[in-house]
Amino acid sequence: MRVATAAAIGLLSIAAATAAFAEPPAGAASCSGCHPSAARVSSPVPRLTGMDRAAIVKAMQDFRSGQRAGTVMDRIAKGFTDEEIQAIAAWYASQK
Amino acid sequence: MKTTRRDFLKLGLAASAALVPVPALAQGAGPRAVVVGGGFAGATCARALRHADPRIAVTLVEANPTFTACPFSNAVIVGLRELSAQQFTYARVAADGVTITRGTATGVDPQARTVTLADGARVSYDRLVLAPGIDIRSGALTGYDEAAAAQMPHAWQAGDQTLLLRRQLEAMDDGGLVVISAPANPFRCPPGPYERASLIAHYLKTKKPKSKLIVLDAKDAFSKQRLFQAAWAELYPGLLEWVPLSKGGAVTSVEPATRTLVTDFGRHQANVANVIPPQKAGRIAEAAGVADRTGWCPIDPVTFESKLQPRIHVIGDAAIAGAMPKSAFAANSQAKTCAAAVAQLLTGGTPSTPKLINTCYSLVAPDYGISVAGVYQPTNGQLADVPGAGGVSPQEAPRATRAAEAVLAEAWFRTITTEVFG
Repeated sequence: MRVATAAAIGLLSIAAATAAFAEPPAGAASCSGCHPSAARVSSPVPRLTGMDRAAIVKAMQDFRSGQRAGTVMDRIAKGFTDEEIQAIAAWYASQK
Repeated sequence: MKTTRRDFLKLGLAASAALVPVPALAQGAGPRAVVVGGGFAGATCARALRHADPRIAVTLVEANPTFTACPFSNAVIVGLRELSAQQFTYARVAADGVTITRGTATGVDPQARTVTLADGARVSYDRLVLAPGIDIRSGALTGYDEAAAAQMPHAWQAGDQTLLLRRQLEAMDDGGLVVISAPANPFRCPPGPYERASLIAHYLKTKKPKSKLIVLDAKDAFSKQRLFQAAWAELYPGLLEWVPLSKGGAVTSVEPATRTLVTDFGRHQANVANVIPPQKAGRIAEAAGVADRTGWCPIDPVTFESKLQPRIHVIGDAAIAGAMPKSAFAANSQAKTCAAAVAQLLTGGTPSTPKLINTCYSLVAPDYGISVAGVYQPTNGQLADVPGAGGVSPQEAPRATRAAEAVLAEAWFRTITTEVFG
């Protein structure tokens, strides 16, 4: 019985891990070095949390192509593929 | 499908087998992560582990009750900022459910999976993250030891050393000579010595204009070099002289009593001498067996797990992170990546391949900022630059652009310190 209980807890733990752990896509975790996570931070750099997905995608694509001038984002956007940009934008849009 | 008790048992046993590396889970307690060092890397990682999976019990081992940040400490040295603006407590880290253990980690037993503290206490871990920052490499520069640092401050770990260098500059008469010695690569904050030279030159120009500043360098090239040199020519002509390795810039010994720096080409007696000495990973790295002969720590670029000891991860300045510089931004970025990987490893998951970013601002004057950025991904076992991305601020740009980057630099500091400590 002790084995069964321990095993059950093990199972639950795995289920909980899958549910609790919405890992950000590649690259997304780095953004909050400059883009404030907390709304109370005063910064000219926009907060990405909850931002419109399409707006993030367009900004990244425009920085990458040079259509939009940036200070550092023009240099950073060139390091991301379309798929990565889509994933990052979707993840930030879903955050609260 | 109906699951019989027997099937459930089988499934459960299979799950337990998958969790063999995490015996704590099967006993009903969460897996244990211990983080050593509460700087940009360690404090970020401890909090990110809690956010990734609240069942992970996270302990942060840190010797000091407050953290003193290095970025912007060059502004403190020249009186543009107070040291208190650099200091942060661990109250918000603790509020995330991180257990803060005040103490100095002195040893690690990788077999028993315990960290030993200076007072003899032991802390058990399932995964250990070392974020010890840097230590001065003793014996690497003849004459430079702890006593010498009281005469010729390095100010490369912010705090008392920062204030000592500030007091020395304030006490110096107009017409004095300031000498900065910059080390060979690698070292903490590659553009740091040159930002410091710039801001000291700004201080001298505005407060003590008959003075001179010499930078003795053990290298022939440095971070954001063309941008710095163009700005120096514009802002500080005749005041700031940079002496590269090939012109005799490498300091071979120092004489603290007379504040003299000796090179193969001559002797420089300074009124204020700022010796930024050769460095290595914080000393717990060596004690844990994760530092190699270079004094730094080789790591796996996906998980930041040590290549020398299993279940020990190294992040921040102490790590050999390939193309990533030893910066606060990089430390923060690595810490979040490492936390995600450690959370997966502690719960039977598989870490995903990361992409990391670095952005570093330097002030050439209070209203003149420049930056370098990079994007990195694991390539052939190293963190390599993503081709075509990154680089420095444009060489030609209006002063408004430089002013905007100075504003962004301060915003960056507020943002990152709020994420890490706020």
